[in-house]
Amino acid sequence: MTQLHFPWLELTVFIPLVGALSVSRMRDSETAQKWCLAFCGLTLACAIGAWQDFYWLNAFQAHDRWDIIEWLTGRDLLVLDQLSAPLLPLSALLYLLTTLATLRSKVRRFSFTSMLASLAIVLATLSCREPWGVIALLSVGTVPLYLELKDRGKPTRVYVLHMALFVVMLVAGRTMVEIEGAQRVHSLWAVLPLVIAVLIRSGIAPLHCWMTDLFEHATFGRALLFVTPMLGAYAAVRLVLPIAPDHVLRGMGLLSLATALYAAGMALVQREARRFFCYIFLSHSALVLVGLDSASPIGLTGALCVWLSVGLSLAGFGLTLRALEARHGRLSLAAYHGVYEHTPALAICFLLTGMASVGFPGTFGFLGTELLVDGVVQAYPFTGAAVVLAAALNGIAVLKAYFLLFTGTRHVSTVPLGISLRERVAVLTLAALILGGGLYPQPGVASRHQAAAELLKEREAGKDHSMANAVATAVK
Amino acid sequence: MFENVPISTICGVAVIVSPVCLMGVLGLSSLLGRPLPERSITRFVQSAIVTGLVAAVGVLVLMLVQGTRHVPIELGNWVVIDHFHFSVKLVFDRLSVPFVILTFLLCGTVSAFADKYMHREPGFNRFFVLLAMFVLGMIVASLAGTIETLFAGWELVGVSSALLVAFFQERPAPPRNGLRVWSVYRISDAALLVAAVVMHHLSGEGDFDKLMGLTGSGNSWPFCQASLPQHEALIVGLLLLVAAAGKSALIPFSGWLPRAMEGPTPSSAVFYGALSVHLGAYLLLRVSPILELSPWLWVAVMVLGLATALFAALATRVQTDIKSALSYASLTQVGIIVAEIGLASSWQPLHVLRYLALAHLIGHACLRTLQFLRAPTLLHDYHTLENAIGGHLPHSASGVQSWVPEPVRNWAYRFAFERGYLDVWLSDYIARPFLLVFQWCDGLERKWTDFLSRGQSRESDRLSPSATMDDLS
Repeated sequence: MTQLHFPWLELTVFIPLVGALSVSRMRDSETAQKWCLAFCGLTLACAIGAWQDFYWLNAFQAHDRWDIIEWLTGRDLLVLDQLSAPLLPLSALLYLLTTLATLRSKVRRFSFTSMLASLAIVLATLSCREPWGVIALLSVGTVPLYLELKDRGKPTRVYVLHMALFVVMLVAGRTMVEIEGAQRVHSLWAVLPLVIAVLIRSGIAPLHCWMTDLFEHATFGRALLFVTPMLGAYAAVRLVLPIAPDHVLRGMGLLSLATALYAAGMALVQREARRFFCYIFLSHSALVLVGLDSASPIGLTGALCVWLSVGLSLAGFGLTLRALEARHGRLSLAAYHGVYEHTPALAICFLLTGMASVGFPGTFGFLGTELLVDGVVQAYPFTGAAVVLAAALNGIAVLKAYFLLFTGTRHVSTVPLGISLRERVAVLTLAALILGGGLYPQPGVASRHQAAAELLKEREAGKDHSMANAVATAVK
Repeated sequence: MFENVPISTICGVAVIVSPVCLMGVLGLSSLLGRPLPERSITRFVQSAIVTGLVAAVGVLVLMLVQGTRHVPIELGNWVVIDHFHFSVKLVFDRLSVPFVILTFLLCGTVSAFADKYMHREPGFNRFFVLLAMFVLGMIVASLAGTIETLFAGWELVGVSSALLVAFFQERPAPPRNGLRVWSVYRISDAALLVAAVVMHHLSGEGDFDKLMGLTGSGNSWPFCQASLPQHEALIVGLLLLVAAAGKSALIPFSGWLPRAMEGPTPSSAVFYGALSVHLGAYLLLRVSPILELSPWLWVAVMVLGLATALFAALATRVQTDIKSALSYASLTQVGIIVAEIGLASSWQPLHVLRYLALAHLIGHACLRTLQFLRAPTLLHDYHTLENAIGGHLPHSASGVQSWVPEPVRNWAYRFAFERGYLDVWLSDYIARPFLLVFQWCDGLERKWTDFLSRGQSRESDRLSPSATMDDLS
């Protein structure tokens, strides 16, 4: 396998781990935040290094030079490929910006140790292609958030029940797949537990309630970071897509399509900002899954583009909401708040990121959505138009929330509520990426198309292999 | 560098680059939290609009001198992957050039008016950012050579309209009405996007030239021949008709038009008197060769146009404020324009009527902009006159009223006063049941999470709906 020029992947995983250990010893929250920023920044630099190195190598997949993990375990656990190459810097960036945009008033409630540990797990997951490795990391990834909820005395039952089922289904599914042996396209019963696991982690209805519950009880920042890297979609790509029969993917796609529509409708009737955000996110993550399950080059490319654009735009959208929450507490959507005059920059960012998430022209989401709609209509000619309807409803929900939060009345405040420099840097960085990707989309779309082609090739290879096996069995 | 590039291409690119630059400058300064001073904003706006206008007129002159009726400008592919390409193509023809010139002229006039009208308003910068977005959207939509490009412009026009309706944002009514406008626009956007996808799948093209059979034929708008089968043309045409109906406030979407009058007068003038409200008609003109493929389709267009015109003519007579009255008067003309487009598609010798529709559109847009901009001062003049004569100005009933039986008159009055019950009908039979279903689902989800967590699962329930921001913190 091609080697990167440097052990980037190990560094992206070990730096946040070391950071978590160091920060856990610090008592002063503000010092912890500064160190956390430094570790996140270093991790981001390594993730960008890995991405660029991989890009220059022009390889299908690559692993670290001087790979210690391979030397210890004898297996190539950390591997970078077309799919994961941009996902690593994206995830590292989201963690960095969330830390950066955490206001002093919230610093004490925010666990930087847990956040750095989560970052290490997320990056390790995204660098792993081995099915059991992915399963182990996805399972471990659910622990830090549970511990945090427990620490804060929040209810954990809904989260624990869903995540326990998720882990059980992952293990059961993979075990059954291994029992079925070498064939690459497996039976329904072997794949079904894996599908259920993916549906749970992606928040596909009716298995989505843990996500709304999480946004109710966890800190906004942690909930945001748990969902925005879209590890459910990653699990779908690594564990289900290569081995699932066509009809299973089709069923999964239709369920996701229904969820996209359902969540968009639910976003319209929410009376609280976090729940609203959660449903908007659910609708978008379901759309990504619809595209992945279409298993067509255009649909898959669209899904991978929307994955990136939604990761960026909804993270920005969430950070803007979080900044508002930091100033005003939990935000009701049952009344107008009229805070535009005090925080025009936040209002603009809210609108920009919200519109970007629904594929507004000039943003990266625009072409992703076009591709996704095209691919999905090809795969589901009659029901595919539901994607368009879901996008339309999400657009209405975003503008409704904007009007409720920023307009409708005159808000009087005795203290300045303007955006802080750190918050401005965070949201402007995301805005620059969203607009940059929208105005010059070719490199991003081409790289996602390449990743989609590789995934489909892998799937086709699996099909050919299973067909060859079947023929050989018949001949015998 | 530009030696081999035709001058019409340079002018054509300048037409689109000027609003892009304007949007870039105003948008970026707002995003960075450093809005420009009023004077700089108006200078930028005027320079960009004048540049665009001069370039558009330049293209027209070159077309007339060279005797060309169709100038496509390929700006290359924005994205190319195996079986998908998103090409940016501008088309200058007998439809787009007049519409672009009209856009620049009216936006220039309105921006000059707004410079004084909005002077020292807290939202001065916001108004001009949204106006810049609108100009960009209109120019992109007008010149679009592919349906995807048209969709991009269409969306820019939609969002700028909704935000300008909610311009006076310290009161709840403007954002509420802005949301209503936006909701209808999103339905219209969805219909257009589905139409684009269906077109792609039927003919493999989103390029208007290829769809309308212009490539290599030597024809140009309006004398071209689309090549879709009748049944497919009906599906695509109906989707486009829904898109146009949403954008141009045709029946049953007419309810948003008077609501849109919450915005500042200059934006009402340019959006709902002149340009935005005609964008649906423009779309129908652009795809008119598709309309002629199915008799059902052109009949539907004609009926919808006439019904809208009749309804709006009735409604405009009973409006109590001048902007609403003007908006319905505007809709009456839009309905007639749409009917003209339907009629022009009915029979080949009548295709020339598409010019009539275009001329009607341009004339109406100019007249209505003047009326809207004059509206605030007209009221002032009326007050002065009434003060001078010491009573109301004489108002005589029209001749028609005298021979209509009273019950019919009363019914017509109620019907017109309630604006055809269209808003009520959409709210009661579409929006409310839709929301009720999801509220019911929300209730079910609450019960489910309460059951799983063995208690109250929602912290957010503790938020009082009427709580103020300080209470919530």
